[in-house]
Amino acid sequence: MVSLSQYLMFAAILFGLGVAGIMINRKNIIVLMMSIELILLAVNTNFVAFSHFLNNNTGQIFVFFILTVAAAEAAIGLAILVVIYRHKGTIDVEKLDLLKG
Amino acid sequence: MSFILPIFSAAMPELFVLCMASLILLVDVFLPERARIITYVLVQLTLIGSFLLSAAEYRDQVEPIITFSGHYILDKLAVLTKLFLLVASFFAFIYARHYTKEHHIARGEYYILGLFAVLGMQIMASAYSFLTIYLGLELVSLSLYAMVALQKKSNVATEAAMKYFITGALASGFLLYGISIVYGVTGKISVAEAAGFLQTVSMSQQGIVLFGLIFMMAGLLFKLGAIPFHLWVPDVYDGAPTSVTLFIASAPKIAAFAIAMRILVEAMPGLVIPWTHILTVCAVLSMFFGNVLAIAQTNIKRMLAYSSIAHMGYTLLGFIAGPHSQQGYSAGMFYITTYVLVAAGAFAIIALLSKPDAEFDHIDDLRGLNERNPWLAFMMLLLMFSMAGVPPTVGFFAKLGLLESLVEAHLVWLAALALLFAIVGAYYYLRVIMYMYFEEPKRAFVGTPLSISPGVMAAISVNGAAALLLGLFPSALIDMCRISAS
Repeated sequence: MVSLSQYLMFAAILFGLGVAGIMINRKNIIVLMMSIELILLAVNTNFVAFSHFLNNNTGQIFVFFILTVAAAEAAIGLAILVVIYRHKGTIDVEKLDLLKG
Repeated sequence: MSFILPIFSAAMPELFVLCMASLILLVDVFLPERARIITYVLVQLTLIGSFLLSAAEYRDQVEPIITFSGHYILDKLAVLTKLFLLVASFFAFIYARHYTKEHHIARGEYYILGLFAVLGMQIMASAYSFLTIYLGLELVSLSLYAMVALQKKSNVATEAAMKYFITGALASGFLLYGISIVYGVTGKISVAEAAGFLQTVSMSQQGIVLFGLIFMMAGLLFKLGAIPFHLWVPDVYDGAPTSVTLFIASAPKIAAFAIAMRILVEAMPGLVIPWTHILTVCAVLSMFFGNVLAIAQTNIKRMLAYSSIAHMGYTLLGFIAGPHSQQGYSAGMFYITTYVLVAAGAFAIIALLSKPDAEFDHIDDLRGLNERNPWLAFMMLLLMFSMAGVPPTVGFFAKLGLLESLVEAHLVWLAALALLFAIVGAYYYLRVIMYMYFEEPKRAFVGTPLSISPGVMAAISVNGAAALLLGLFPSALIDMCRISAS
């Protein structure tokens, strides 16, 4: 039997990996999007674990909403990515350097 | 367990906007290119209709209505926020019309996305559970990401859209993680139930809720654009098409204020001491760095972006004073409303200066504006005075109200700091005025008066006049804020 704290540790590690992926990554925008998905999945794990151990369905319903919104979010992110690729011919994070100051 | 039908009439303004947005989406597809103005007119009529519905609710309703299984609330705060954000969006679309035409931005989509963003903001204003707060927030954010990217030919706009998207998604992730922790402790996602549960929990559980609240505040501060989650603000304001910048800088801030009220004040009254401490640090840093970094900018959109960070710092002061002073929250609400009014006007003037496919957003481009168009320069003068807080403009009373409530809450040192940073800030606002009135126009512009269509000019004039008149007669608006945010 997996305990609640193990689930929470797992979700926290996933969350941390996602945040680290966004902060550290300097290569590729797609990796950034994968990190965002990772963060949302960590949150979902949290919700499902709490929901199971609290005997309360609200958390699972919340997860459905998060999944739906995440899909819409990914669609918009990829659309912006395509526009950027058409301009620059690359999806390198370091090439996003026109705006600074 | 029985199913209770929600009170649909309470959500009439949102339902109206939703139906109209779906309808306009269809109508727009079948319109020929030259009849695209119909989309614009329909969108504006929708905003007016929703405004009238909200105004009727404001007049009629005395007791708060909580419906949709506790996910939706209709109280004075929600209705007043909706009224303000509908007005702000209405003006933002008027200003956008000219700009989108000249810069070849897809026009139909622009207004429809904007309308969906308005719907999201209305939901944020009325949200009474963490789920609706999240959904409203995402509806706004997703529409805004797309609006920033609408200028597909522009390198900077797409880059700004990507940066906005990544940071925005990260902020939503933080907010959700916080919500999941709070849910884990309380088992509730409704604002009222969470608040009720928090009064009964032990100290160690309170610590866990605080841990979750910190994550939620990270998401909130991001949406408001306050330090330490401000990094997106200058880049997005600078890179986005000016009409979109104007929209981002206006109505969403009011909606973000409303959800901050729900989460901090209504859901977490038990943790008031920790969250005021955190906000104090964020507010001081925002006021300091916002004002100091704005001085160094040569691009006026970037300068206004840093100035907006500083103004968000001032708004947070309202939350800090709120628990100890009667007028704290209402002063914060008054501040953010008037700031939005003024910021929309300032960005609109920058949008008007631009030419087809070229921006004139350098501070140098404002040189000698008085010679090219005296009335426009005068309006900019009023708006800048209001941002700096010079009497008799409205910005002065907004700052005065905040400082008063801070003193009332025995936070004199914070009031003194706020005043000091306001003086620092006055420097760069007055510099803009100096450029407009005491410098010669750039050679390319000499003898080329700036002509502006009468409709937009009227909107700008209303905006500038409001900055002055609300300063001369602020009591009505202050009273409205006081009733709704107490």
